[in-house]
Amino acid sequence: MSTPPTSQQAPSPIGENVRRVDALEKTTGEALFADDLQFGPNLLYGRIVRCPHPHARILNVDASRALALPGVKAVVTGQDTPGTIGLYLQDRHIFCRDRARYVGDPVAGVIATSEAIAEQACRLVEVEYEVLDPVLDPLQGAQPDAPLLHPDLEDYEVANFIFPKPGTNISNHFRVRKGDVEAAWAQCDAVVEREFRVPHVQHVPIEPHIAIAQADRHGQITLWTSSQSPFAQRSLIADALGISQSSIRVISPYVGGGFGSKAGVSMEALAVIMAQKVPGHPVKLRLTREEEFFTTFVRQGLIAKTRIGATKDGKLQAMKTEYYWDAGAYTEYGVNVTRATGYSSTGPYEIPHVHADSYCVYTNHPVGGPMRGFGMPEIHWGIEQIMDLLAEELGMDKVEFRLKNCVRGGSIIVTGSEMHPVGLPECIQKAADAVNWGTDEPASAPHKRRGKGLAIMWKAPAMPPNAGSSASVRFNEDATVTVSVGGQEIGQGAFTVAAQMAAAALGVPVDWVRVHGPLDTRYSPYEWQTVASRLTWSMGNAVVAAANNARRQILELAAEHWDEAIENLDIQDGMVISYKSEQSLPLQNMVVYGLPKPDDQGWRGGPVIGHGSFMPTYVTGLDPETGQGPRSVVHYTTGCQAVDLEVDTLTGQITILRVAAAYDVGKAINPDQVRAQIEGGVVQGASTAFFEGLAFKDGVPQNTSFVDYRIATSVDIPYEIISIIVEVPQDDGPWGARGVGEHSMVPTAPAIANAVAAAVGVRILDMPITAEKVYLALEEGE
Amino acid sequence: MAAHQITFTINGGQETALVTSHTTLLSLIREQLGLTGTKNGCATGECGACTVLLNGEPVNACMVLAVEVDGAEIVTVEGLAQDGQLDVLQQMFVEHTGTQCGFCTPGVLIMARALLDRNPNPSDDEIKDALRGNLCRCTGYVRIIEAVKAAAKAGG
Ligand code: FES
Ligand code: FES
Repeated sequence: MSTPPTSQQAPSPIGENVRRVDALEKTTGEALFADDLQFGPNLLYGRIVRCPHPHARILNVDASRALALPGVKAVVTGQDTPGTIGLYLQDRHIFCRDRARYVGDPVAGVIATSEAIAEQACRLVEVEYEVLDPVLDPLQGAQPDAPLLHPDLEDYEVANFIFPKPGTNISNHFRVRKGDVEAAWAQCDAVVEREFRVPHVQHVPIEPHIAIAQADRHGQITLWTSSQSPFAQRSLIADALGISQSSIRVISPYVGGGFGSKAGVSMEALAVIMAQKVPGHPVKLRLTREEEFFTTFVRQGLIAKTRIGATKDGKLQAMKTEYYWDAGAYTEYGVNVTRATGYSSTGPYEIPHVHADSYCVYTNHPVGGPMRGFGMPEIHWGIEQIMDLLAEELGMDKVEFRLKNCVRGGSIIVTGSEMHPVGLPECIQKAADAVNWGTDEPASAPHKRRGKGLAIMWKAPAMPPNAGSSASVRFNEDATVTVSVGGQEIGQGAFTVAAQMAAAALGVPVDWVRVHGPLDTRYSPYEWQTVASRLTWSMGNAVVAAANNARRQILELAAEHWDEAIENLDIQDGMVISYKSEQSLPLQNMVVYGLPKPDDQGWRGGPVIGHGSFMPTYVTGLDPETGQGPRSVVHYTTGCQAVDLEVDTLTGQITILRVAAAYDVGKAINPDQVRAQIEGGVVQGASTAFFEGLAFKDGVPQNTSFVDYRIATSVDIPYEIISIIVEVPQDDGPWGARGVGEHSMVPTAPAIANAVAAAVGVRILDMPITAEKVYLALEEGE
Repeated sequence: MAAHQITFTINGGQETALVTSHTTLLSLIREQLGLTGTKNGCATGECGACTVLLNGEPVNACMVLAVEVDGAEIVTVEGLAQDGQLDVLQQMFVEHTGTQCGFCTPGVLIMARALLDRNPNPSDDEIKDALRGNLCRCTGYVRIIEAVKAAAKAGG
C-alpha cells in the first residue's frame, strides 16, 4: 500500500466526510458547463443531417438548396473526412462516406448563423440512398449469411488484444477455455441452462452532449466539450485527422452527468470537421434530447446463453457461456466490453471448468459504447439469476451457496489469475443481515407477496494495460495549494478526493487545497480517461506522488535551513516541524520565496511544484485461444446487494421496501461520497430493472423522449437504501482505495429479479421487469 | 421577424429586452441575459432543469414564451441568495451533498423553493411529489430529499 508518511498527531482528512469542493458553485448556478461558455457574435451553429434508414448506401448528397438558404455558411459531408476514428478499433468515419449503418448516422453537417436556420437547411440537403438489408439482431448478425456491415473489417486498425473476424459481422471474439467443461458435466449433480436478454438502454445524462469547435487559419483546433476524456478525444481526433496532438486543444468544464456516454469520442468530432470549414468561427453543436437517445452511445444489448453445474455439496464445477452483444453500427469502443465481459464471465465465483465465448456483433442499431458498469450489469443479470436457480435446484440457501463459491483472496479466477485479498464474503453477510435474510416478514396487504433476493458482483477497470494518470501540486504564497489533474469531475466527487489526498500527503489542512476545472489539455496533466471507476485509485496515486514530491522539496529546504537530517522533519497542519530540535516553520511564503541563507548570503529554495504520475505496469496479456494469463486486470471491486420487496398479485406492480448494498472499496477516502455513489447507482440500476429499454421497429428507435423512455423519478424511490462499506485494502491503492462508482448499479437488477422470484415464483429473464410481464406470468401460472 | 419589447423583473432587477415571437423564456434567460445557471436538459418540458419562478410559481422556462413574461417577476437560481447570504436550501444542498454533477441542481433548488414557500413543513411524500418533474440521474434523489427536509427544518 502506498501510504505516504502522514504525521501521527495531525487529523488526516482521509476517511472523513469532507464536503464536496464543487458543492457551493453548483448550488449557486455559478458552475460552468460547456453550453454556458460565451463565444460572442462570431459564434456559428451546427446541425446534423441523419440517415433515416438502419442500413443504406449513400449514392449522392446534394447540398445546393441548403447552401442557398440565407444564413447558411457551409455544409460538410463524408467527403470532408477521409480518416477513420475509434478507440480500440478504427471502424468509424466521422461523417458517413459511402454507407450509413444506423438510423441517425451523420451524413452531413450544416453550419449557419442560428440553430433554427441550420435545422431548416438540414431539411434541404438532398440525400439519395439505396436501402440495404439490415441486421437487427445479434444472433442473426453472427450468422455467416447475414448482410455484411463492414466489408473492410480486415483493413481497420485494431488494438492487439481485440480479435475481429473479417468476412463476418463479428468485430471481436473473446474466448475462455479453462479446464474441461464437457467432462465436468458428468460430475455435476445439478445443471441449469437459461437464456437471458438485456435491451439497449441509454445513459441519460441530464446535460445533453455538446461540442464547440474552432479552427484557426493555420490549423490549430480548439474544442470545448462536456467530456470524460479530453486527452483521449484529443488523441483520437488528431489520429483521425492525421495531425499532431499538440495541434488540438480540448477544454472541458464540468460535465453534467456522463455514465460513460461522454467517454471517448461520439459527436465531438463532427463539430471539429464543421469548424474546419469556417476557420475563425467557433461552431456550436448541441444535441437535442431526442438525438441524445440514439445518436451518441447506448448500452449494448445482450443475449446470454448460460449452462452451469454443481455437485450436490453445492460446489460449482462448470460453466459454459455464450454472449452475443448487440453492439450496434460501430464497435470502436464496444469491442472492449466484449473482452471485459469475457474475462469476467463467471462473475465473482471460483469455477474450475469454464468455456466462454463473447461475440461483439455489428448490427444496424445505435452505436454501443461504454456505460456505467461496462458490460457487468448486463452479464450479472443472467449470472446472478442462474446462480439462484442452481441453488434452488440443489435445495441450498442462496447466501450459503454464494459464500461457498464466491471468490476470496487466493482464489483462481476465470482467467487462471490469482485473486487479490477481497472482502466479498463480508459484503454478502452484511447485506443479507441488513434485510433480515432468512426471516419471513409479512407483506403489507393480503394480495401482496413479500420476497427477498440478493446478487453479488465484481468488476475490474477495463482499459488498456498501461492507462496512465498524472498530477501536479503547486503552492501559492499563503500556502494554499493548487492541485492540477486531468481526471474529470463528472459528479462522482473526483476533485474532492483529490483534495483530500493531496492535503493528507502534504500535511496541510484540506481547506487549503484547491482542485479546479476546466480541464484543458494544454495545461492539465495527462489522464487517460475518466472511466472505469479508476480515478480514486489511479489519479489518486498520481496526486499522492505529486504531493510527496512537493513535500520532499519542502523538507529538503528546511533540512538545509536548520542543518538537520531530513528524517527528523515532518509537515503537520501546514507547519514544517522538527521532531529533534522541536523547531517549526510555517509554510507560508517559504513555498514560493524560499528561505534566506544565514548572514544575508543569498537565498535557497524557490517556488514549489510537485509532480507525480502513475501507471500500472503489471497487467499481462491473455492467451487469445484460452483467455488465460497471470494477471488479467489491475484489481476487482466486489459487492453484494440484497433487496426486500413486495409484489401486488392483482397488478404485478413491484414495490421495493429496502435495498442493502455492501461494497469492498478498499478504503473509503470519503465515506459520505461512497454512500452517495451507492445510492445513485442503486436507483439507476432499479430504473433499468423496472422501466428502461430502447424500443425499435425495423431498426427505428421508437421511444426517444422522456415521456416514452421513462427513468426513475423522485416518486419511484419509496425505499430505504442501506449502504455498507467494507474495507479490505488494495495493495497499490492510495491508502488502500479502490473504485466504486460503477459497481453500485451492477447487481441491482438481478437482485430485484431474484426477489420477485422469491415473492411470487415468477422468473423474468428479459430485462426490464415490468408490472405487465409479472402480471401476465402470474395469470399464466394460475 | 417581429421583435417585441418586453419589460420584466428578474432576480429583483428590472430588465428590458427585445424578443421574437417564438423566443422562449429559457433562451431569453440563458442566451440574451447570459444567466446560465438555469439549464437546458431537453427544451421540451420534460426534465425540469430549466425551472424558474414566474410570479412565484415554478415553470419550465423552455415551455414559456418570452413575450408572456412582459410585466412579470422572474427568479432564477442566481436570485436565490439574498445580500450575499445563501438561501437555506442552498446551504443544505451543500451540507447534505444534494448535488453531484450539478446539472439538475438549479432546477431542483427552484422547485424546492416553490414548495417550501407554499408548504413550509412538507412530508416526505410531498417533497417527492413536488420534485417528480425534476429528473436527476446522479443522486438517486436520496440526498436531494434529505437536503430539502433539512432546509424545511431549518426554517425553510
Ligand atoms: S429544459 Fe425545460 S424541461 Fe427540460
Ligand atoms: S446531480 Fe447530476 S443530474 Fe442531478
